[in-house]
Amino acid sequence: MFEDLSFSLNGGSALVVTGANGIGKSSLLRTLAGLVPPSHGSIRLEGGAADTPPEEQAHYFGHQDAVKPALSVEENLQFWQNFTAPAPAPGFSVRSVTPLEALDTLGIGHTAQLPAAFLSAGQKRRLSLCRLLVTSRPVWLMDEPTSALDRRSETQLLELMNAHLAAGGLIVTATHSDLALADVLQLHLQAADAAALPVEDALP
Amino acid sequence: MTSWALALFLRDLRLSVRVGGSALVGVLFFLAVVTVIPFGVGPDLNLLSRIGPAILWIGALLATLLGLDRLFQADRDDGTLDLMLMAGRPLELVVLIKCLAHWVATGLPLVVAAPLLAVFLNLEPLAMGAVTLTLLVGTPALTLIGAIGAALTVSLRRGGLLLAVLVVPLAIPVLIFGVSAADAAIHDPVPFLTPFLILCALSLIAAVIGPVASAAALRFASD
Repeated sequence: MFEDLSFSLNGGSALVVTGANGIGKSSLLRTLAGLVPPSHGSIRLEGGAADTPPEEQAHYFGHQDAVKPALSVEENLQFWQNFTAPAPAPGFSVRSVTPLEALDTLGIGHTAQLPAAFLSAGQKRRLSLCRLLVTSRPVWLMDEPTSALDRRSETQLLELMNAHLAAGGLIVTATHSDLALADVLQLHLQAADAAALPVEDALP
Repeated sequence: MTSWALALFLRDLRLSVRVGGSALVGVLFFLAVVTVIPFGVGPDLNLLSRIGPAILWIGALLATLLGLDRLFQADRDDGTLDLMLMAGRPLELVVLIKCLAHWVATGLPLVVAAPLLAVFLNLEPLAMGAVTLTLLVGTPALTLIGAIGAALTVSLRRGGLLLAVLVVPLAIPVLIFGVSAADAAIHDPVPFLTPFLILCALSLIAAVIGPVASAAALRFASD
C-alpha cells in the first residue's frame, strides 16, 4: 500500500492523515492498530507498559460500530468496559468513566435501557465513541471520526479529542474535514505517480 | 481474569438467547432429524432400538453444525472481532469462552432433549441414560472442533456449507467413540468405560487444539 513512511508523535499531539480516497489512510490506521501486519518496519510506543504491544494500548474507532442490536445500549458499553484491558501510561492521566457517565457525556444517556437496534446511525456512532471513554488507553486511532455525526456531536467530539490530548494522550486520525485540534501534525499521503492512483481519483 | 471472561460469557449467552432463539432452532432440527428416521427405516422396534444411539448422535452432530457458522462471523461483520484482537486478552481464551457460551446455548439443549427423543426410538432407560451421558461429554468436542471450521471460514460470505465439509471429517472420531460407548452400555460384552474415557479424552484434546487453531485462523483473517 505504502512504503518509506516514517513518523513520530509526542504525547499530547495529534496526527491528521489526509489524502485521496484509496490512498491508504485506513490501511495505515489498521496497521497501527495491529490488525494488518506491516511487511517491513516497526511500530513502537515509548513510555507505555513495556510488555504490552502498542495495539493493546490503543483504541481503534473505525467505520464499523461493533454495536450489537440485540443488547441494550448500556449492556453494549458495559461489556466493552469489562472486556477491554485498560492501559495506564506515565504522563497520561485519564480515569475510565462509568458507562452511564459516558453515555450522558455524549448526550445519549436517555437511551441507556433501549435495545441498541433502536438507535440511529449517528447515535450508534456516539455509542461506539463512548467505548473510548469507559476504558482509559493513551492512543486513539480514529478513522473518519466525524462521519454520521451532526454538528453538535462533532463539536463535542472535538472537545473530547482536545481533552484527551491535554491529558497527554495521542491521536492519529484519518479525515477529510478540518478538525480544530490543539496540537496537530499533518501527514498527507500522495501517490508516487498519478498512474498509481485508483481510477476514480485520477479523474480531474 | 474472571471478570472479563464472565462478561464475555454472559454477553455471548445473551446474544444467542435473544437473537432468533438459536437453542430452540437447534432442538427443532434435532427433532426433525430423529423423527424422520423411523419413517425411513420402517416401524421395526428392534431395529430402531439397535440403531437409536447412532441416530441420536448423528442428529446432534448435524444440529451442532447448524449454528456454528455465526460463531465468529457475526462478530467479524460488525467490527467486534477487530476490537477483540486489540483488547489485550489472550485470543485462545476468548475463543474457548465463546465456544463454552455457544455450547451452553445450543449444545446443552440438545443433551436435555435427547432422553425425550430417545423415547421415539424405543430406547430402554439404560440406553437413554448412556446416550445422554455420552452426548453431554461429547458435544463440547463437536463445538470446539467446529470452532476451527468457523474461524477458517469467517471471511467467507456463505461459509456454512464449507464449514460442514471441513468439520465433519474431524468430528468422525467423536462420533465413533460416542456411539460405541452408548452401545457398550446396552450390549454387555464390551466395557462401557473404555470408549467413554476415550470420548472424554477427545473432548479434552479438542479443548486445547480447537481454541489454539481457531485463534491462529482468526488472527490470519483479520486483514
